[in-house]
Amino acid sequence: MNIIERTWNSSLGKKYVMAVTGLALFIFLIGHLVGNLQVFGPPELINGYAHFLKSKPAMVWGARLGLLACVGLHILAAVTLAQLNAAARPQPYATKGAYGATKASQYMLPTGIVIASFIVYHLAHFTVLLPGINGVGDFSKLTATLHGEVVPDVYAMMVLGFQVPWVVLFYLIAQAMLFTHLGHGLSAMFQSLGLRDHVWWPRIQLFAKGASLALLVGYCVIPVAIFLRLVGSDYVERKKFDLKADAGKPVPALVAVQGKEAK
Amino acid sequence: MKVTLKVWRQKNRNSPGSFKTYESPELNENMSFLEMLDVVNEQLANRGEEPIAFDHDCREGICGTCSLVIDGKPHGPHKGIATCQTYMRSFKSGDEIVVEPFRAKAFPLVKDLVCDRKSFDRIQQAGGFITVRTGAAPDANSIPVPKPDSDLAMDAAQCIGCGACVAACKNASAMLFVSAKISHLGLMPQGQPERYKRAKAMVEQMDEEGFGACTVTGSCEAVCPKEISLDFIARMNRDYGVALLKGDPKAIKGGGAG
Repeated sequence: MNIIERTWNSSLGKKYVMAVTGLALFIFLIGHLVGNLQVFGPPELINGYAHFLKSKPAMVWGARLGLLACVGLHILAAVTLAQLNAAARPQPYATKGAYGATKASQYMLPTGIVIASFIVYHLAHFTVLLPGINGVGDFSKLTATLHGEVVPDVYAMMVLGFQVPWVVLFYLIAQAMLFTHLGHGLSAMFQSLGLRDHVWWPRIQLFAKGASLALLVGYCVIPVAIFLRLVGSDYVERKKFDLKADAGKPVPALVAVQGKEAK
Repeated sequence: MKVTLKVWRQKNRNSPGSFKTYESPELNENMSFLEMLDVVNEQLANRGEEPIAFDHDCREGICGTCSLVIDGKPHGPHKGIATCQTYMRSFKSGDEIVVEPFRAKAFPLVKDLVCDRKSFDRIQQAGGFITVRTGAAPDANSIPVPKPDSDLAMDAAQCIGCGACVAACKNASAMLFVSAKISHLGLMPQGQPERYKRAKAMVEQMDEEGFGACTVTGSCEAVCPKEISLDFIARMNRDYGVALLKGDPKAIKGGGAG
């Protein structure tokens, strides 16, 4: 048996996979947050950053495929482990068990499912730019001029996107789930890889709590600030004329979809 | 004092079980939980009913035979003790106490509150030993052991193999038991030659028995009558990882001392 097979066929090995892919996704979350926080600068800052990323397709697609592999492996390992775990106790207890376990540790799978569905929505929302799910219109029509070049206006897209109440609400719920998931996952990661002892465990738990809280605050402050019209509302008001002029009349079908989604 | 017992009754592995409620006779509050069951059983026997079957042996917290999930917690409400050292003074007169067997696929039920924990023996047989010469006892202290190592090994060796960790875990995982057994030998110089082979063999046997995986909830550590630490699971994960990287030793062709 080769090492991949040995790892995958073992309950401990699958936990290594969960930990390593989880770590990779955590590192991505930090980078993604730093990128997104540029929305608090002038519009040119984040638009330039987005343009820079777009201009390096090999890097972007490499990262995307790597992340997709991590998400895929993380989910596959989680699902197979959940099946194994469910099979290990065919008859449940009548009384409430899980003595001494935190809520976060018991609900890793449900919080993970919410996060996974959020990732699908988030990609459709801001990456694929699927019109009809954002409650605004066709984001691909938003353009800005940067150093004489016409580039996608990511700044306006974020501002318009987060002025929709139900979108903001869904983002906040997903971030709360991520906070719970990471609060347990970041410390369990060290345990799964065997990197812990009685001296380091309290420090690891502190790191897990601190890091998940920092990500929660960082990721929530963007939609909340935009929703409270603290960021970019004046810019978008100017832009709105451009969008309408470019796109002609807004498509009535979109408005109808928007109404339906809002319910 | 008197209590109401809601006990799992099941004739054998293949017949369905259900909870039955019993009123205890007048009890002494300094009885252990097992003595209370003895008294209830005496009453049942006098009435011509089948007594409640439950596991017990030393009744002083060192053999690991007693089990029982009492009101949702293996070994009853207290920390760091087994069912046999849980006393009726921990309950109030008139309480309803729910008593269930340890539940796991790898611990098949035998009768009522008795389950078969031979899967633990098989894990132990897979690698929970060291190879030493038999014969006269070796001189004490002939092999120096650093004090912190021997302390830690003793902490792991406290495990009495009762299976409360499995019973408490939401995944019915045996990680705490297996890690304690792997660590108490793996920490000592005598356990070094087979350290990684042992970790691999015992973990593989654990998987084979149908125990679940670890979600690091810490339930096992919280209910363990010997307060074995989750640190040992991390240690097992480390040793098993090294064992995976090492792989199986290649067979030696010819030669050797054999």
